[in-house]
Amino acid sequence: MDENNKKIGAVMVVGGGIGGIQASLDLAESGFKVYLVEKNLSIGGVMAQLDKTFPTNDCSMCILSPKLVECARHRNIELLTRCEVESIEGSAGNFKIKVKKHPRFVDVSKCTGCGDCAEVCPVEVPDEYEENLANRKAIYRPFPQATPGAFGIDKSGACCECMQCEKACKAEAILHNMLEQDIELNVGSVIVFPGFDEFEPKLREEYGYGLFSNVVTSIEFERILSASGPFQGHVVRCSDKKTPKKIAWIQCVGSRDSKIERGYCSSVCCMYATKQALITKEHSPDIRTTIFYIDMRAYGKEFDRYIERAKLEYKVRYIRSRISEVKEDAKTHNLKIKYEREDGELVTEEFDMLVLSVGLDVSRSAKDLAEKLNINLNSYGFARVDSLEPLKTSRPGIFAGGVFSGPKDIPETVTSASGACALASALLSSVRGTLVAEKKYPAEKDVSGDIPRIGVFVCQCGINIGGVVNVPLVVEYAKTLPFVVYAEDNLYTCSQDTQDTIKEAIAQHSLNRVVVASCTPRTHEPLFQETIREAGLNRHLFEMANIRDQNSWVHMKQPREATEKAKDLVRMAVAKVSLKEPLGRISLKLTSRGLVIGGGLAGMVSALRLAEEGYEVYLVEKEDTLGGQAKDIYYTLKGEDVQKFLSKLIEKVTSNNKIHIFTAATIEKIEGFVGNFKTTIKLNSSLKELEHGAVIVASGANEYQPTEYLFGKDKRVVTQRKLEELIATKKLNVSNQSSIVMIQCIGSRCDENPYCSRVCCSEAIKNALALKKMNKQVNVYILYRDVRTYGFKEDWYQKAREQGVLFIRYEEDDKPEVKLNKDKLEVLVKDLILEEKLLISADLVVLSTATVPSEDNKELSQLLKVPLNEDGFFMEAHAKLRPVDFATDGIFVCGLAHSPKFIEESICQANACAARACTILSRDELEVEGIVAEVNELKCKGCRLCKEICPYGAIDVELKKVLGKEKEVARVNPALCKGCGACSASCRSGSIDLKGFSDSEILTQIGALV
Amino acid sequence: MADFEPKIVGFLCNWCTYAGADLAGTSRMQYPSTIRPIRVMCSGSVDSAYILRALLEGADGVLIGGCHPGDCHYVSGNYKARRRVTVLKTILKTLGLDDERVWVRWISASEGKRYADTISEMTAHLKKIGPSPARKLWSL
Repeated sequence: MDENNKKIGAVMVVGGGIGGIQASLDLAESGFKVYLVEKNLSIGGVMAQLDKTFPTNDCSMCILSPKLVECARHRNIELLTRCEVESIEGSAGNFKIKVKKHPRFVDVSKCTGCGDCAEVCPVEVPDEYEENLANRKAIYRPFPQATPGAFGIDKSGACCECMQCEKACKAEAILHNMLEQDIELNVGSVIVFPGFDEFEPKLREEYGYGLFSNVVTSIEFERILSASGPFQGHVVRCSDKKTPKKIAWIQCVGSRDSKIERGYCSSVCCMYATKQALITKEHSPDIRTTIFYIDMRAYGKEFDRYIERAKLEYKVRYIRSRISEVKEDAKTHNLKIKYEREDGELVTEEFDMLVLSVGLDVSRSAKDLAEKLNINLNSYGFARVDSLEPLKTSRPGIFAGGVFSGPKDIPETVTSASGACALASALLSSVRGTLVAEKKYPAEKDVSGDIPRIGVFVCQCGINIGGVVNVPLVVEYAKTLPFVVYAEDNLYTCSQDTQDTIKEAIAQHSLNRVVVASCTPRTHEPLFQETIREAGLNRHLFEMANIRDQNSWVHMKQPREATEKAKDLVRMAVAKVSLKEPLGRISLKLTSRGLVIGGGLAGMVSALRLAEEGYEVYLVEKEDTLGGQAKDIYYTLKGEDVQKFLSKLIEKVTSNNKIHIFTAATIEKIEGFVGNFKTTIKLNSSLKELEHGAVIVASGANEYQPTEYLFGKDKRVVTQRKLEELIATKKLNVSNQSSIVMIQCIGSRCDENPYCSRVCCSEAIKNALALKKMNKQVNVYILYRDVRTYGFKEDWYQKAREQGVLFIRYEEDDKPEVKLNKDKLEVLVKDLILEEKLLISADLVVLSTATVPSEDNKELSQLLKVPLNEDGFFMEAHAKLRPVDFATDGIFVCGLAHSPKFIEESICQANACAARACTILSRDELEVEGIVAEVNELKCKGCRLCKEICPYGAIDVELKKVLGKEKEVARVNPALCKGCGACSASCRSGSIDLKGFSDSEILTQIGALV
Repeated sequence: MADFEPKIVGFLCNWCTYAGADLAGTSRMQYPSTIRPIRVMCSGSVDSAYILRALLEGADGVLIGGCHPGDCHYVSGNYKARRRVTVLKTILKTLGLDDERVWVRWISASEGKRYADTISEMTAHLKKIGPSPARKLWSL
């Protein structure tokens, strides 16, 4: 093989938003060197500007910050900030890329981020991070958690070169004469996530943005809501800094508007506007909130439930109306909005503040970047991708995702990032591990026998905690507790600079134990444990007090009680940590093989990808054949042939010798844990045991079987799928007079299944367009509740309207009726515009049926010990940032098992699962937590009760010499012990304990409490 | 008894109830600030001694939160917890403690509302039956 064709075990990720960050982390964890190229001073992207995220209302910075820290400290990731791609040569597997590094004028390796420079800088310019609602200095750090944490100088007109900063900087980090640099890098693949810029609202001048001071964009409003924002989280309007009484949101500003070349739906605005209204209500319950919208597009997992909550609990008012005009009252700066009420009457209403829900434009750098990388864009300037290969750009070896390939929310961006990694990792599997470095830690300090010296760090979490709990008081209180030698509060304890602060405090105050009082250990404990480990402390000399999720967020109206509770929780944590002892980690061998449950499209894609990444896969399908639900889908909205794709995929899967397929097989038992699972399957009434290191759940879902609308009683009432089959197999003839009525939301968005099935609107439009293609004159009616054609699907909605498909909206409590008049089918629906009942005679009534969870989910979830959500779909570890992981390590979920979705979305998730599983399977050995049971042999009587009780057979009783006397004692096998503590709770002599949760530790916690 | 604020010690399993309690937080469901949660790996690891200690130290109530039957992350820990508490309750009476003060509830990771409701319900119940007699015993 000549030098140019040699594959390179490194990947360049372009764009440091949440997508680029996730891609970098997944690749770096799978044995690749990563260059993360970001044009700004810091990674973080738009997510760093957001206040909260829907539908969980998680604080955006709080969930992003640990990822920033992880990226910065990862041994395999090189951050290239202030960098842009200049040119690319070569081909998939081996690219040579020139990168231009713009001068930062501050040496990142020397800057401590102390801020002395900004203090003395005399120049103030509008702060783009604060959306120009506040000022920053010419030397600045974009936001406190910026990564890297070093400052930079804005010389694009801001800096006056007075050199004050240079004098102030004690670290001598400032280099006013720093030059631009060219860097050449050799990588095997490129992953492109340039993200988005918000729509420039001046293009819709009728809303008065830029003219009226109280008209703001939604991203400006995010900053207004944010505790670290320009108004410290107080909801005020710009003209007089007073709290508004009435705020209105206008949807679709820069979306669904072909006149300004943005015909697509931006997919996220309905939800973020709802979130903003809801958070506004939390800040100030007296503010009245109104959202003016066209269609409420709550198509995602848990979205409709969120909207219902906003309506019922928070009294957010939703008005379905397009706004054509906004006027300002020159005296009060209030805004007058003219809109059409549901009853058709035109009314004018006054608001004190107006938020424009601006759409997502593709990043302004995307066009230039695409030219340099030589990849194709679509007519809107987004990356052109195929529905059946949603992560591949037009150039082999270059993968794309996030908003670059179409408007997406955070979890979809994260999913596509992981998915793109799987493709890069498959391409470069032969050179995995060739360019990576080992992480080195300082030696662990021996603290045994030392008197505890505890440091307590109390997080304000912006105002998430600090807005309710009196944090300074808690800090002062912490200082009075036994063994506490240091305590402080932080704006965000999870930020990169606070990690450094913690490490410094450990060194300066000789701390040997640390308590962080902040959010939940379920998400943040690993971050802090890593920090103290880097400071030379064992990871287990640490404890968290959950004063946010289980305190400030749930006692928002009781600041006094919440402060008392925070004190109690800190006291309990301090008491516990003072007894903690270092725990070792155990290295285990692992089985580098995957198990995929479900042989539908998602399952097959993930199995194939894992195999291409170099791992053997067991693919278990309960049916006799592979294919799943995709067997009934013939074409996509764009017209791609699904059946052709499916048969090719089946061929690839069946001919890949790394994939072992078991059809007509059921899962009987799943034992073990990450890296070492043992699954028993039943195959032709015989049992077979499979050993594997990771599990991907791709068990699919079902189509709702309707009982309504004469389905099953009259054969002219069919499902949307049946119609598609009739069209595709050419079994349907339509004449000029034919009348086809489609009814949406059958079995969706109802009491029984309160969620939206996501695909039905687009599927109906897809088939309506196919009917129109057969005969332009055919009458097609779509009876809908909201048309949820998000993203580029909106184009097809417009096309359907242009071609004369009639869309008639109905209300949930006034559903259409289907009747038989003699032998004629008739549909009766109330036309909400004409305010009268329409009678449509139908040759065919087509029901757009819901996607419902598989009846096997319950059993499978119990076998795997992973949760289902209220609707019966599998519940991921975190709705935003861990969209395909389960909380249990080594188990992942994709496709319809997760929630209803399109084929391209299933493919993205399936790839993402393969990438996530690869982060485990690619390891040589697995380090597991030392939370296992331990026997005190002096006390143990060898009674065998623990052995009986242990669900994992991890305990044995052996004959042993203890203090010179031979006796029977229990012995725990740490490789088998899962740390449940059942043995410890049952032991009669109190001689077996769960490390990290010992009797003494918990009894101390109780004692500290009461 | 109107101003009596009960104190509840909660032993919440890491995988279900603790996660459910976090979800109540992310969903901003409001409930009385009476509970002091202690995270344990499994409800099956809750030693009777923990419950007794909590009650004797003066807690007005103890909540043991675990996964739903069949859902235990550790196969059967929740059943063990249930059995253990059933036995313990018979002893509590002999100690002059009210067995209504110890609640076992199955709350999954997706049941934030159930968690919030449980705390509200338990608080109301404890207010009704009054402070733990152990509080009095110890206030010398």
